Amino acid sequence: MTTETITQAPAPVHSRGNRKQARRNTLIGWTFILPNFLGFLAFTLIPVVAAFALSFMEWTSFSAPKWVGLANFQRMFASDSFWIALRNTVVYALGHVPLTMALALILAMLLNRKLKGIGFFRVAIFFPYITSLVAVAVVWNMLFSPDSGPINQFLGSIGIANPPGWTSSSDWAMPAVIITSVWRDMGYYMVLYLAGLQAIPTELYEAAEVDGASAWQRFWNVTIPSLRPTTFFVVVMLTVSSFKVFDLIVVMTNGGPGRSTTVLSQLIYQEGIGEGKFGYSSAISLVLFIIVLTVTVLQFKIQQRRER
Amino acid sequence: MTNMAEDLKATHVTDAAPLPNGAPTAEDRRRTDRKRSPREQKKRTANVVIYGVLVVLVVALMVPFIWMLSSSLKENNQVLTVPIQWIPQEFVWSNYTDIWTRIPMMGYLQNSLYLAVIITCLQVLTGSLAAYGFSKVRFPGRDVLFLAYIGTIAVPWQAYMVPQYIMMQQLGLTNSFNALILLQAFGAFGVFLMRQYYMTIPDELCEAARIDGLSEYGIWARVILPLSKPALASLALLTFVNTWNDYMGPFIYLTSNRLWTVQLGLRSFVGQFDAEYAMIMTGSVISVIPILIIFLIGQRYFIQGIATSGMKG
Repeated sequence: MTTETITQAPAPVHSRGNRKQARRNTLIGWTFILPNFLGFLAFTLIPVVAAFALSFMEWTSFSAPKWVGLANFQRMFASDSFWIALRNTVVYALGHVPLTMALALILAMLLNRKLKGIGFFRVAIFFPYITSLVAVAVVWNMLFSPDSGPINQFLGSIGIANPPGWTSSSDWAMPAVIITSVWRDMGYYMVLYLAGLQAIPTELYEAAEVDGASAWQRFWNVTIPSLRPTTFFVVVMLTVSSFKVFDLIVVMTNGGPGRSTTVLSQLIYQEGIGEGKFGYSSAISLVLFIIVLTVTVLQFKIQQRRER
Repeated sequence: MTNMAEDLKATHVTDAAPLPNGAPTAEDRRRTDRKRSPREQKKRTANVVIYGVLVVLVVALMVPFIWMLSSSLKENNQVLTVPIQWIPQEFVWSNYTDIWTRIPMMGYLQNSLYLAVIITCLQVLTGSLAAYGFSKVRFPGRDVLFLAYIGTIAVPWQAYMVPQYIMMQQLGLTNSFNALILLQAFGAFGVFLMRQYYMTIPDELCEAARIDGLSEYGIWARVILPLSKPALASLALLTFVNTWNDYMGPFIYLTSNRLWTVQLGLRSFVGQFDAEYAMIMTGSVISVIPILIIFLIGQRYFIQGIATSGMKG
């Protein structure tokens, strides 16, 4: 490492001065990084490493840590709570990812034009994303109220005789959560798509128009391919955030009714912090991490193949 | 609506106007003199249609907010009525005065503000310092270290919340603000966001300052910080809003009522008095207002922060 820096150093005086310079730089660099690094090391890096180790240990609030190999994983794979939470998390992701992506793209296409006051529309659509989650969950819970909530009144008025029970029904609680989260997140991904759309050179559209392409053809053959890097990024971010879904569920349904909306993050919380099974909950954490990592790596591979 | 229909008709007429032989009639010329060219006319019509669509869309998306505001000014039994009342029969302003005595709302707001300000200041300060080290000072091991930072951004926070909790328990910091400050003030995301921005500042500027005899700390304070105001603003706003809105952190660490943040206080109010619909909505409005104000002041930086870094803590 040191030799590398010396060869890179711009003005070669004699090597002793250089080494001194390198040592000084190292010292200066570290003083800049240190205030943040101490906190980062203690409260992020060490816990991340510890989470790996813990998943192979048995450790509860009542017993000392003990190495147990894969026992936590065996117990996890035999537990139906784990499979239910995993299934719910996947269902949530399958609803949340495509819906948010499609709506964000449609909104971005609509808002990607120079009009007076367009900024207001963009800001208004983005606002739900930074609204406090508790307020969002509380309002939507009331909107979803089965008997006299506005949503079911609206459904009734357009002729749906038996509107769903939403958060009070184990079949409809997950769709209710998905609708709420799509509403909350789409403004954020719209901003990403807007940035992507604005990076497309207008010459491409002009050329397509000269060639007689219809608006629909321009969308499929110019917009969609040009947006591929943005879409890739959006899909990765959305999938990762879907698998991490936590606070929305805790506040809106707390996993219920029954276990119909329990997700992985919540299970980690319940087992680890709620019941003090530190080792077992870390095994679930590891699964969550591996899923997130796999999804990301897979998307990267697909993206690379497409580019070739 | 009638206007839009007329505009649409007008476009059809002007579109059909040019005669097959190409010779414009007198009437035709008069029309084009009076009106805009067909192309412009068409564009104007399209704009009107788009405005219409956008207004309908935004109003539809804002329904939850409209409903929240309207319900916060009603009596409890007026909130979930059939049919829906969008405008309260009579405005119950007293909800906004009563809530302060019903729940310790002022205390909750103070706690949220305290946490958000401390965490934001620490994050911006340590983040910008570290970002300078990572982007403008060359030393061995720097890039490996930065990779460790980036790597942890990819690990879901939920995957290491249990070890964090054990650690805080051992340190005796559970049920205190210090736990949250320590956990949230040194985020890797802040370092990443600031470093991305510092990379766009040319090294020549630092080089010139070095020749002028400024120390590295002087360069950071007098050259880089003034140049990175937009990035500092983005990071500060994002951190503030994240901390203000955070639910899980306070939920895990803060158990006594006097330490609760707005989010926890509101959630517990909903749990205890779930039929007090109007008051719950009043509390929700109050919890959102500070964010709305901050967002309106700094929306430019929010959007920039998201568009450049493309991610959020």
